Amino acid sequence: MTLFQIILMAFLILCAVSVSFSKNLLNSLLIYMSFSLIMSILWICLESPDLAITEAAVGAGVTSILFFTTLRKIKAIDVEEDTEDDDVETLE
Amino acid sequence: MSKKKPDFEYERTGAYKFFKWLSGEEDPYVGKVEMKPQRVKKTSKETIQDRMAEKRMRRDKVYEVEDNRIVKGFNKLYYLVAIIFLVVLFITLVDTVSFLPPVGQADKAVNNEVPARYIENGLQETGSVNIVTGMILDYRAFDTLGESNVLFVATITVLILLQASKGKRGAVDYSMYFEPLDDAILRASATILVPVIAIFGIYVVLNGHLSPGGGFSGGAIIGSALILYQNAYGFKKAKKLFNEKTYKTISAVALATYCCCKMYSFFTGANHLESHIPLGVAGHILSSGLILILNICVGMVVSCTMYAFYVMFRKGDF
Repeated sequence: MTLFQIILMAFLILCAVSVSFSKNLLNSLLIYMSFSLIMSILWICLESPDLAITEAAVGAGVTSILFFTTLRKIKAIDVEEDTEDDDVETLE
Repeated sequence: MSKKKPDFEYERTGAYKFFKWLSGEEDPYVGKVEMKPQRVKKTSKETIQDRMAEKRMRRDKVYEVEDNRIVKGFNKLYYLVAIIFLVVLFITLVDTVSFLPPVGQADKAVNNEVPARYIENGLQETGSVNIVTGMILDYRAFDTLGESNVLFVATITVLILLQASKGKRGAVDYSMYFEPLDDAILRASATILVPVIAIFGIYVVLNGHLSPGGGFSGGAIIGSALILYQNAYGFKKAKKLFNEKTYKTISAVALATYCCCKMYSFFTGANHLESHIPLGVAGHILSSGLILILNICVGMVVSCTMYAFYVMFRKGDF
């Protein structure tokens, strides 16, 4: 195992831990996307490029888009109007 | 048919009295029921104080969370048990992983005659340079047909579930609400990126038997290109390109083609290899028998499914 792979593995563990500790759902989604991207690089290092392409397309692309859409639809992510309201409240 | 009753007969009925009492003209109890003035109930000061004390006690002992000893103790115990559980789970998993054989070991249990056959005879028997695709679409083509069917059935289920609320009264049409903003940057970058991504996806699908990739990954890439196009240009333009009828036609035709291509395996006793289709020269695009056609079918089904999932999560229908 090269140093590059060890760094990637450490980053993978960091991502997995920080998903559960982040309180903002949008942040967790972005961390999840980066997890999938690191995983796809690791698949290439493990000599399975087929899996790497699928992981990048499905894990980082389509699944997170579906997550975004669902979170937006159930209003779990702040839309632009809501953030302005939050700013006013914090100022008071 | 109802007859109209005469007035004197109607005045005797209960309904007449009820409506009269309702309008306030006549109280049926006046003069008939003995009425006494209500006695004022007096509660002594002691009972009031008792009740106040009980309320305070209840608030302090039951609803008080910040300074309640039992709640605090339980929270501490909860954290302790959670940490102990996690540590035990971590040790168990790491211990299990340490027993796994290292990558590339020769005498692993996985290295039996099956992968040896795939690696040694795969190129001659399937004609595909990429052994993984040869395995998926020739040795195990029946499994891949099942996977494509699972995707198709899942999309149809989502279609049924999300469209159920469409015809109901009072359902609000959110389609305008979810229409993307007219974003110049997104539109300009999508104009450049969408053709590139789509062509890359088609390349991955068509070269599935020569290079890494194949139907599933290429289909996912084409699906993401469609999603980007929809995001940049809105539903009205995307609907011209891709609607529900397109989805159903493409998926059904692709799955039917797949079934027809692999039908001979039913007659040869699930033996895919003894076909009389020429395999061609290994390394050319038009080679390896049916694998190219099967790859295109799987790619079509997967790309349509990805886009359909996205659109239905977004809007509820096409």
